Amino acid sequence: MRLKLDNLSVVYPASDGRPPVAALSEINLVIEDAEFVVALGASGCGKSTLLNLIAGFLSPTSGQLTLDGRPVSGPGADRAVVFQKHALLPWLNVLDNVAFGLQIQGVAKAERYATANRLVGLLGLDGFQKSPVYKLSGGMQQRVGIARALTCDPKLLLMDEPLGALDALTREKAQELILNIWHETHKSVFFITHSVEEALFMGTKLIVMSPRPGRITHSFDLPFSRQFLGGMPARAVKASPEFIKLREDVLKIIFADEEAAA
Amino acid sequence: MTDKPTSGPASRVGAGESRLGRLARARPTKPGEIYGVPGQGSTLWLSAVSILLFLFVWWLVTAMGWVKPLFVPSPMTIVTKLISVWNVGFTGTPFLVHVEISTVRVFSAFLLACVVGIPLGLAMGMSPLMRGLFDPPIEFYRPIPPLAYLPLMIIWFGIGETSKILLIFLSVFAPVVLGARSGVKSASIEQIHAAYSFGATRWQVLRHVIMPSALPEILTAMRIGIGFGWTTLVAAEMVAATQGIGYMVLSASQFLQTPVVIMGIFVIAIIAFAFDLLMRFIERRLVPWKGRM
Ligand SMILES: Nc1ncnc2c1ncn2[C@@H]1O[C@H](COP(=O)(O)OP(=O)(O)O)[C@@H](O)[C@H]1O
Ligand SMILES: [Mg+2]
Repeated sequence: MRLKLDNLSVVYPASDGRPPVAALSEINLVIEDAEFVVALGASGCGKSTLLNLIAGFLSPTSGQLTLDGRPVSGPGADRAVVFQKHALLPWLNVLDNVAFGLQIQGVAKAERYATANRLVGLLGLDGFQKSPVYKLSGGMQQRVGIARALTCDPKLLLMDEPLGALDALTREKAQELILNIWHETHKSVFFITHSVEEALFMGTKLIVMSPRPGRITHSFDLPFSRQFLGGMPARAVKASPEFIKLREDVLKIIFADEEAAA
Repeated sequence: MTDKPTSGPASRVGAGESRLGRLARARPTKPGEIYGVPGQGSTLWLSAVSILLFLFVWWLVTAMGWVKPLFVPSPMTIVTKLISVWNVGFTGTPFLVHVEISTVRVFSAFLLACVVGIPLGLAMGMSPLMRGLFDPPIEFYRPIPPLAYLPLMIIWFGIGETSKILLIFLSVFAPVVLGARSGVKSASIEQIHAAYSFGATRWQVLRHVIMPSALPEILTAMRIGIGFGWTTLVAAEMVAATQGIGYMVLSASQFLQTPVVIMGIFVIAIIAFAFDLLMRFIERRLVPWKGRM
């Protein structure tokens, strides 16, 4: 799998007397096989716009977007999306929500339940197959969303602040869960977050974005998720001097952006 | 903490202000309730009290002879009348046939309105073409009282069953269409995007996301619609009807048979209420997730 963004720009047209918004300007980015790319930046810097482009919900104003050499034209099952919230179907139970993608693709019932059950287990939701999703906690709902995205065996997993609505403890648990799943399934991931610590901990590559116009200003290669997967406890990873140093550096960049904006 | 509200109309009331002020403030709730939720709390007992009070006042004013029976017959008269109409019928037709004929009229119009109105409303919500075409005619006729176009129905469709059912149909149709149409907007954009990202077609998104999430609003619209249907029943049975509860009420009123009028009103109310209870039950079974996600 190789996703390539070539000089991508997005301009939202003027509306309601507001001027046009240059949401993204000349974005160049490559996501390779099994890479975990994290996008970080102040709100309004175009992260969701970038994700919508990759998902195929939005076409670029200019530039090219290719997946394995073929231009992306519209959404497809090779790229699965995990949303922040409001994306589960409350009239379906956990198992049917997880199996939803397969149902859309016309997979027979027995087969799709087999796959869904495997992912329900992988996400630690065993025993909740028949529960209505609206009765689950936020953390469990998010795991259902991730399981659902994984059922169709996508090449690339797109996540727009998937943990943003969770409390701190649940969030750290979910970070570790996602890393373990990423490690086991060898998917490529594009992950948006507000949290610097989360970005550093999870990514193999970090892109820092800046608003007006939305663009990538910095890019870092990160070792920390591999350290965690190699057996180092998450707290130890996050407390290591290299982690703290990089965290401060990135925070400085982001604060500078915010000050420039204010 | 001061007892005096510092602003608002209550501060200008003078002597009664502290009591009024206390009433105007929300009090802490009991455990199990949520602070500040508008209108929470059970109403079952109060409803029972309200009904009993109504019956008592009704009985009192008639028993004391404060109003003439011609205007307000006593509750017992209504019951006696019901029994006698039940036994001998009204204008030669058994009571239950009146009830049955009206019920069939209202429900066939209701079913027809749902079968046509729900798909049309969904289509209007989904497609600007359909919305553009059907919005003007529906919005045009919707506020017109059915009595106003009843003569047209009769001129066009005759005095038979067609114009009666059509009149009721029209009154149910508009609210059902509007409900289904606005129900289309209930699905979140994330739910829709999720379906598309699995490669769903537009039809699959409609079938698997839009329609289920519109269901609560459609059910509410159906409840409102059948209500309109019952209110139109009497108008529909005004012309050339010889059977039906609406006809019974109308002809009884021409002969000043007030007990039959009131009894007819009660029969309509009871059938409508029973059906509404059924709809609420269906709602609880079908969409227990309503408003919870
Ligand atoms: N549909 C839209 N129409 C017009 N402007 C938009 C639209 N979506 C986003 N924007 C603008 O584009 C910029 C980037 O938005 P977004 O991609 O949502 O940023 P982020 O996800 O980083 O917070 C913002 O200034 C936002 O106001
Ligand atoms: Mg965003």
